[in-house]
Amino acid sequence: MPSRFSSVEAASSALEQAGYIASDPIATTVYLADALGKPFLVEGPAGVGKTELSKAVATATGAELIRLQCYEGVDEARALYEWNHAKQLLRITAAGAHHDPGSGADEADWGRVKEDIFTDEFLLDRPLLKAVRADHPTVLLIDELDKADVEIEGLLLEVLSDFAVTVPELGTIQARHTPFVVLTSNATRELSEALRRRCLYLHIDYPEAALEQRIVSLKVPDLDATLSESVVRLVGALREMRLRKSPSVAETIDWARTLIALGGDRLDPELVSSTLGVLLKHQEDIDTATAKLDLTRGLA
Amino acid sequence: MGSPDDALTRRLVDLSRSLRQHGIAVGPSESADAAAACAALGVSDRGRLRAGIAAAMLRREGDREIFDQLFDIYFPAGVGDRQTVGEVTAATGGAEVRAAAEQLRDDLATALATADERELDRLAARAVAELGALANDSTMGGYSASQTLDRLAPQTAIAAALQRARDGADTPAGSGEGGGGSGSGSGGADGTGSPWRAEELSDRFDRDEIRSRVAAFRRRVEREATRRNIEARGTERISRYGVRDPLERKDFLLTGREEAVELQSAIRPLARKLAARLSAKQRRHSRGAVDVRRTLRRAMSTGGVPIRPAYKYRHRSRADIVLLCDMSGSVSGFSRFTMLLLQALSTQFRRVRFFGFVNICDDITDLVVGAEMGEDIRTRVAEQATIARWHGSSDYGSALEDFVDRWLGAVGPRSTVLVLGDARTNGSDPKVAALRTITEHARQVVWLNPERSSAWDTGDSVASRYGEVVDMHECRNVEQLRQFVSRSLPV
Repeated sequence: MPSRFSSVEAASSALEQAGYIASDPIATTVYLADALGKPFLVEGPAGVGKTELSKAVATATGAELIRLQCYEGVDEARALYEWNHAKQLLRITAAGAHHDPGSGADEADWGRVKEDIFTDEFLLDRPLLKAVRADHPTVLLIDELDKADVEIEGLLLEVLSDFAVTVPELGTIQARHTPFVVLTSNATRELSEALRRRCLYLHIDYPEAALEQRIVSLKVPDLDATLSESVVRLVGALREMRLRKSPSVAETIDWARTLIALGGDRLDPELVSSTLGVLLKHQEDIDTATAKLDLTRGLA
Repeated sequence: MGSPDDALTRRLVDLSRSLRQHGIAVGPSESADAAAACAALGVSDRGRLRAGIAAAMLRREGDREIFDQLFDIYFPAGVGDRQTVGEVTAATGGAEVRAAAEQLRDDLATALATADERELDRLAARAVAELGALANDSTMGGYSASQTLDRLAPQTAIAAALQRARDGADTPAGSGEGGGGSGSGSGGADGTGSPWRAEELSDRFDRDEIRSRVAAFRRRVEREATRRNIEARGTERISRYGVRDPLERKDFLLTGREEAVELQSAIRPLARKLAARLSAKQRRHSRGAVDVRRTLRRAMSTGGVPIRPAYKYRHRSRADIVLLCDMSGSVSGFSRFTMLLLQALSTQFRRVRFFGFVNICDDITDLVVGAEMGEDIRTRVAEQATIARWHGSSDYGSALEDFVDRWLGAVGPRSTVLVLGDARTNGSDPKVAALRTITEHARQVVWLNPERSSAWDTGDSVASRYGEVVDMHECRNVEQLRQFVSRSLPV
């Protein structure tokens, strides 16, 4: 299998061209996941770019992104494949309508219909099967796996270890291109040891100030450099405050865009307190931040 | 994988063995992955090597702290004095130490002000070399992080750093007055900024920024001291004793003040996780028999063939929780944590009531519910509730009896009663009959004991006498408490 990236630097710059600035540990792990051919489990707080990372990998390698969004109750039929029962029923009914009871061809006819209804035409492929059957390189993103039930993990174990899917009526389908698999989790549930063991593990935390500033200036190029520095510093200060939900990178970017839209060129308490809702999503947190930064008082 | 680099392989094996000693499951397959990662990455870049091995060996973020410490032990950044530090001599004698500390503090203030990571790293190395050497011969040339930090007192550099950061920020912006003659005075500024300078919004949080940089500097010093000590005392010893356990596995009974604050901040995220798990459990339990009407309605979309059955939902009443907490000094840290955790989880239950006792009981529900985040609830309980009579030492027997006499109405057939305490009665009558009365009224009674089970029944502990009547669980740390809440607590 040809590697997608030749070195850590190559991975890093390819991701950057795809619009994702990766820290060194992230670039290293992406490179390793590719070099070792292992799935890649990403954890971290919401909004630090877990999903974004796999999109960037897809863009950087020119692969199709196939996404399986997990939720409670997601099952084999939603993740792997499903027979289109309604269509099969229609097919059977249609066969029955043309059936001539006098000719005694009942047996042969049923045999044909049976063969007919378990073919590709009646198979609805869901993300996992789609990734395995694809004839071009793919990135398979299994998003928020912690939301799914434990049973789905057993299914994944099989798919992720051999990259093969067995459909009893059709036989085993082997992947032509090993997909680059990214699993994400917000850790609301512990994933099983068996699954964790098969993956490389990466925890993405809020980025360091310098990195975050690069991200902001990439995503919001119109923002003035000194203003973007103060934006990042203020967000950093908010993260130190033990809030219910700390602002994430996505929110920093939103806030930077808001500031541009409002035409602010310098942070002052009034501007910050009127736009704090972009960063903080709980009234409690807004109150804490307002009190700590003393936002009701103007600058001296 | 090519021919294994023997020295590297041995280190990886040692590292994984040490990780196992610290309770992190790292098996041969992880070690093999790590070796493959090393082969792919090469060993020239230590940061990437660390990231690569961590990706292969670790399974959860909570283990990262231990891993980082052990990685520093088995893959040290260098040997001896670092070249970047230049000539250093360990300071000896009071005056010399003070002068060296003064000089370092000044450099530190500048580095803190500009957030110069490399310089901070270098200063940590210099500080340990100059101030951290242990004088005593019996310590085999070891270094002490706490001695370094005591002598250097990095927190005293905050004020000067703050002043320099603000002056530095002004100069390039060209806002007029600029540098001024504020000098590098070690401490005069009180943080309100120079009077002739316009206030910036960042002035309201830059003190906190620098404070957290100081905290990071302390960790650097600790890492550096560990690195130096490995040379003196060997990897084996340091990896076993020189590594801090993460907060999750720290004994409640041994947590100090600072750790208690950290624990408090862990309550929210933990409660959120547990709540998600408990409500998933609730939903799973609430699936009932096939709902014929809805199944047939659904079948219409598949030509009358019921392919996807629909289920009824059973309505289940949520559990009542009653906590009986020993509030006496020895176990109050544990009680406090558990109370706040269950309070944070209270939406998952029909009702949560808290009773505190030392030797008599009092209802402290309102006090717990009204507690602010991070507040020490003990002072309020001491002021507003009566939990001790005649003397201040705990007496489980009379507290249980008092509960049965006055508060038994709080316990009903749907209640789960949790008793928190170490079952040390100070020699008084345990009055097991009172506990039995509670079990007869409640759905379930569970005792959570913050002592290790091997210490039960030693001294004045009557754990097994109570254990005959109720289930007693060892609940020494956050990890065990989390497991208890997610697995054993009825929802």
